This record gives sequence, structure tokens and C-alpha cells, in this order.
Amino acid sequence: MIACAISGATWGLAGVPVSVEADVANGLPGFTIVGLTDRAIQEARERVKPAIRNAGFKFPQRRVTVNLAPAEMPKEGTGFDLAIAVSVLRAEDPSLRLDGFAFIGELALDASVRPVTGVLPMARCLAASGIRRLFVPAENAEEAALAEGLQIFGVGSLGACVQHLRGDRLTTAASRTASPPLGEPEPDLGAVRGQGQAKRALEIAAAGGHNLLLTGPPGSGKTMLARALPSLLPDLSSEAALDVAAIYSLRGTLRERPPMTLRPPFRAPHHSISRAGLVGGGSGVARPGEISLAHRGVLFLDELCEFSRQHLEALRQPLEEHAVTVVRARAAVSYPADFMLIGAANPCPCGHLGDTRGCSCEPRQLSAYQGRLSGPIKDRIDLVVSVPRQEYRDIFDGADEERSAVVRGRVEAARERQTARPGGNGVLTGRETLAVARSTAGARRLLAMSGERLNLSARAFFRVLRVARTIADLAGEDRVGEDAVAEALHYRIEVTA
Amino acid sequence: MNERPRRMRPGSGEWPEGLGHLSSPPRGLWVLGSVEPRSPAVAIVGSRRATFGGIEIARSIARDLGAAGIQVISGMALGIDAEAHAGALDAGGSTVAVLGCGIDVCYPSRHADLRDRIIACGSVISEEEAGTPPFKSNFPKRNRIIAALAEAVIVVEATERSGALSTARWAADLGREVLAVPGSIRSRQSSGTNLLIRDGARPFLGLEDLFEAAPALRAVVSRPAAGLGTAPARGGLERFSPALREILARMGTQPVHPDQVGVALGLSPSAVAARLGALELAGAVMSLPGGLVARTV
Repeated sequence: MIACAISGATWGLAGVPVSVEADVANGLPGFTIVGLTDRAIQEARERVKPAIRNAGFKFPQRRVTVNLAPAEMPKEGTGFDLAIAVSVLRAEDPSLRLDGFAFIGELALDASVRPVTGVLPMARCLAASGIRRLFVPAENAEEAALAEGLQIFGVGSLGACVQHLRGDRLTTAASRTASPPLGEPEPDLGAVRGQGQAKRALEIAAAGGHNLLLTGPPGSGKTMLARALPSLLPDLSSEAALDVAAIYSLRGTLRERPPMTLRPPFRAPHHSISRAGLVGGGSGVARPGEISLAHRGVLFLDELCEFSRQHLEALRQPLEEHAVTVVRARAAVSYPADFMLIGAANPCPCGHLGDTRGCSCEPRQLSAYQGRLSGPIKDRIDLVVSVPRQEYRDIFDGADEERSAVVRGRVEAARERQTARPGGNGVLTGRETLAVARSTAGARRLLAMSGERLNLSARAFFRVLRVARTIADLAGEDRVGEDAVAEALHYRIEVTA
Repeated sequence: MNERPRRMRPGSGEWPEGLGHLSSPPRGLWVLGSVEPRSPAVAIVGSRRATFGGIEIARSIARDLGAAGIQVISGMALGIDAEAHAGALDAGGSTVAVLGCGIDVCYPSRHADLRDRIIACGSVISEEEAGTPPFKSNFPKRNRIIAALAEAVIVVEATERSGALSTARWAADLGREVLAVPGSIRSRQSSGTNLLIRDGARPFLGLEDLFEAAPALRAVVSRPAAGLGTAPARGGLERFSPALREILARMGTQPVHPDQVGVALGLSPSAVAARLGALELAGAVMSLPGGLVARTV
């Protein structure tokens, strides 16, 4: 007898339907799985057999062959276990109806179903390919339910799955969570005392999607400011949130981030991270890295100058293309990586350049340190602002600080103004920048002067203009005026070098 | 620069007279540039690792000297030396860099542009043979030439162990005037200059001190610039709008953080940033590494 059950695999962020075909024939008892499988799938034989037995069914004492199609696509992972078991059972028992069903899940020896990664992207693609009902591990039911047009059954065991198929005992379908859950509250900008310049720069960065660099001595609060950035960003559209959830599903890190949340993600990898961990990679088919986990959100690189040159170089492509392509021996896959970069760095190796304590670095050390910032990353950073050490008296007294919600209101209004134009301000090309700036005569005069007096390169010139466009958006102005240009000049990165 | 260095020998007409005062004068000098060392000249030397304030002072003294037609001599090192050359060049004056390496070696290498400017409006000279790397032992020897060429030596900033103090010692031995810019007793970068003052060097508070110490200089001032003196001219702010003047009036040459300006004047961070941006463009304010700003007029 022959049978077929549908399961799913992932290819990058896309899902691929996989047909799990089982053939049970007369001959010496044996169990073979084919179809470009990896080690984990080969081991499925040793999981599926006891699982079927322990669920109270009989594993056929005949020759069993399982094929995973399309056979030319490399497959990996343990998510096919459930589909393999069901197709084998169906081959022996024609009363099981599998039409319109799909199965994802890893089996334990006692026939319980364990969670796997990538359920959300698989569910989205299965829904698109005409599947109407999907069995997933109970733990993955919530994320799978985010896919439109599918009935999701979260099952705890192989037995429960088969009972449902036979119509003996039905599992209730998982419902879509109605309202986004409240995750951990985001750090609020109001908790930071003083730091007017830095807060203003954060607001501009959030409003235009500009990449930002904070410099300042250790302990001045750079990290705290950076962590408050997500609280200034508007909610994600539900479509964008779904993309983000799919990436987290692939990494199996949805526990860190509720799948339904609309808040932009925030990732802060340490500088000791591997290159594969940062941009994506790993053996077999590459997995998404931190930059993809920060998709539609914020990637915070603390101690930016401590990241190796190779790491920073690897960020160049994603910063330009908002996606990353990772090539591995078995496959080249692409992941989205549209993030805002916020870096923090000490101004010099000792950290006290421009501080009251005084800098004790050798000039040579200093230029070497600042040289690390140049090149790939510097070209992509629109704003830089220094974060001074706070005086003790400022920490204790000080006016009421503005809360994030207030700033976010202004950011949302500024973003609203940008929706009529191509892209966000932070990703405009030079030509687009000129087109949307609509600068006044006075602003143009200032810009021409700045090119000459401050030695701005063409790239730097457009950075200033992009930032000025955002400043004008925040002020609700159609045209970029002198004040906007002058303020943008103040945040230019050339000052640090 | 495709110009070839030429050799200057003792006894020739162009040989600087001051070098004759040395007990062990160089046997010859390599010269590259358009304007030879001439007398009287003033040396401005100091620490490689200078503070922002020191850099600003060095540049402004050199600018005044350059504008007055007095040649500025220094060592083309990082920090004060480089500012001294640049200041003189900015004012259209001439300047001489005495190197501690071969005439064809650019040390430090990042001063390649500065070196070209110096060669165009002054000269670089060296006692060493072409190709000599910047050996540590060359610099004290180099310092004696700086001291000998100058009528007076101004030390802007130096720690107790700075090479600038060796230049000052050479100058004192040769009977040249030694002036030192006084600094706070807490500032490490001024510890050497303060020591010099304690040991009898003349404190440098303005160009008047220099002319008093070396009257020969006053005689050669070709263009008596109006505001001679290092104290920044406080006038001339009328060209700025009242909003910008308000900021300038509250800023000193001491670097401050923009947030301090905002708090002091009760201005929003965006207004402070916009005004500082405009002032910087007008050349009235300078952004310093580390995020501070300082007034320059």
C-alpha cells in the first residue's frame, strides 16, 4: 500500500510543502527514508518506530520506504517525524483520511509531540498551497495560528492526532489571540536625566530611520539611551510583525518575543559574537543571524569599535540592501534584514577624550581607534552625538523629563509625512534626497558653504541633507530650511574623525 | 613635490647665522622648499598630546606671527608643532619645519598634506641624510637646530618629560629667549611649562611679552596687525544674529558640551544644535573630538 502525508520545510524565510510518501511492501522487514535527508531525518526511523508502538499502533513488519519530495531539495530537522508516522499508519489503514491535512512535529519515543522551529513560515506557505488543516506541536500552536486561512490543531501526542483523523476524538482548533500581549515594558526615555542632545538625536533617528552613533565616556548612559530607542518607534504593521515573528520562529526564539506583539524588535549582540551569529550562517542551510532578528527594529552594537573589521564589513550589504544572502555548502539563502543601526562607542581607547578627567591616549592609539570606525560603517551612519558624563547634581535634581510616548507622537507624525514619499528618509539615495528635500534658497546657501568650509564629501553632504529632511518633517515643514540644515550639520559624523 | 632637496653648507651666504652659536653645529643641512630659514624667527613647540586649548593657543600665536611676517619654526610633530605650522600658513606667513628624519621621509605620515603646504610657503630642513628613519636619538639633535634658528622659543604645552623642554634648554644655553604659556597647576599638559616659568622662563600672556623679550622682533614686524595678541578679539560679533550672539557671549574658548549651553540658556536641544551648526559654519565655533564645542573668535 502507498500513502502520502503533507509536511513542510523552510528555505530561507520561505516555507516549502513537502510530500511524505510511504510505501509498505512485502519483503524483509526494514525501514528506509530517502530524499536528500540529513542525519536528524535518518534518525527519525528510530523515533518513529517506538512512537508508533507506544501510541498503541502496530509498526508494519514489512519493507517500509519513505520518500520526502521534492527529492532534490536538501532537508533537515526533526519536523517531519509526525508526517512520517502518519503516512506509515495510513499505508496500513485506508480509513485514515489525510486530504487537506498537513503535519509538522517531532516525535518522542513515548509518542508525544515536541515543538520544532520554523512552524510559522511553514504554516504560511502550506496555507497558500491549499492546505486547510494543520497539525502542529501544542507548543507551536500559537505561532501557527498567525497564518491566515488555516485551522490549526495543536496536538500533544501521535495518538491524539490519529484519533482526530479517525473522528474518534476531535482536538479543538487553536484560535488566534485577539489582542497583542503586553510584553516586557520597554525602557522609557523619561528615565534618562538630561542628555538633551542625545535624546534629540534619538528622536530624529527614529523619525527618519537613520542610523545613529552615540559616543561618550564609559558610564555616561549610552546603553540606556539606546535601549529606549524602540519605545520611540511606532507599532509595526501586522504584516511586518508577521515577518518578524516568522524569523523568530525559524530561530526557535519566539519564547523571547511573543509572536503577536507589534512592537519593533531590539537586538543587542555582544562584540564577541561570531560572524555567523551576527549576519546568519551555520552548517547546512544557514540560519538567520542577529541582524535578521532585528528586522523592522533596532540593532544595537555596544562598543562598536570592539567589533572586528570583518564583522563590520559583513554589515555593509545588509545595510544597503535590507536583506542578507548567506551562502553555505548546501544552499544560498536570503533573509530580510531591514534594521536601524545604533552604535555606541567610547570616543577613544581610554574613554575620556573630551571628558573632565582628560584623555591619556597616545595620538597613534587614538587615530588607530578612530580609524576602525571609518570605512564600511561610517558611510552608513547619518547622525553622531556625544553623551557626556552626568554630573551628580544633575542626576538628583532636574526638570521632569519627557516620556517616550510624547516623543513617539512626534515621530509618528513625522513618519506620516514621509509615507507620501519614496522610502524612509534614512534609505534615500542622493538623487531622491535632492528631490524630496525641497530646500529653501537659504538652506541651499548654507549647504554650499558647508561643502566648502567643513570639507564635506558628496556622501557626507547627502547625509546632512537626509537628516535635515527629517528635522523638517519633525517640525511639520514642507521645505528644508536653514535651521534644519544647521542642526543636521551639528550631528554630522565627520567631527569624530 | 618633485623638487629636489638641496644642500646648504656652513660658510655659504645662505647659512643661518644662528647655527654658528652651536658648539657642535651641523655639518650641513638638506633644504626643501621655497623660503629658507631667515632671521629673526620664533619657534613654537610643545607636546604631541596637546589639549584642545593648547592647540587653539598654538595656532593663534602662529597665526599672529605669520600675519606679522615673522617666520615660525617648529618640528612638524603631532599636536602643538603641527598647529604652529598650520597657523602660520593660514595667515599667509612662512614657516620652517626642522625634521628628525631624512628630508625625503614624511614623519608622521599623516602630515603629508601639511608637509606639502610647508614646502610651498616655507621649507623643511634636516641634518640627517636622505632616507634616515625617525630614530629616537635624532630628536634631541633636531631640537638644538630649532633653538639655534629662533630668536625666541615659545613652549605652549609640555609635560615634565616632553621633548619641548629639551628645546627650551638648548635655547637657554644659546642665550635665546624662552617663553612658556602658563597653565593650571592641575593640568598635566602644562606641568612642564609651569616648571619652566618657575625656573625663570618668561610667562607668555600675549605677543607683547614676546616683543619685550626680543625687541629685534618688533623691528621686523612688516604688517602690524590690528589685534596682535592672543586674547581672542571680543568685538566683531555684530555680523551674527542676536540668537547666535547670545550663545557666543556665554561661551568661552574653554570647550563645553552643547547640553551645558542649552541648560545655561534655557534653549531646547534642537535650537542649540541648529545655532551651533550655523556658528560652526561661520567659523565662530569649533567642534572638537569627543563632542565638545569651543568658541574660536
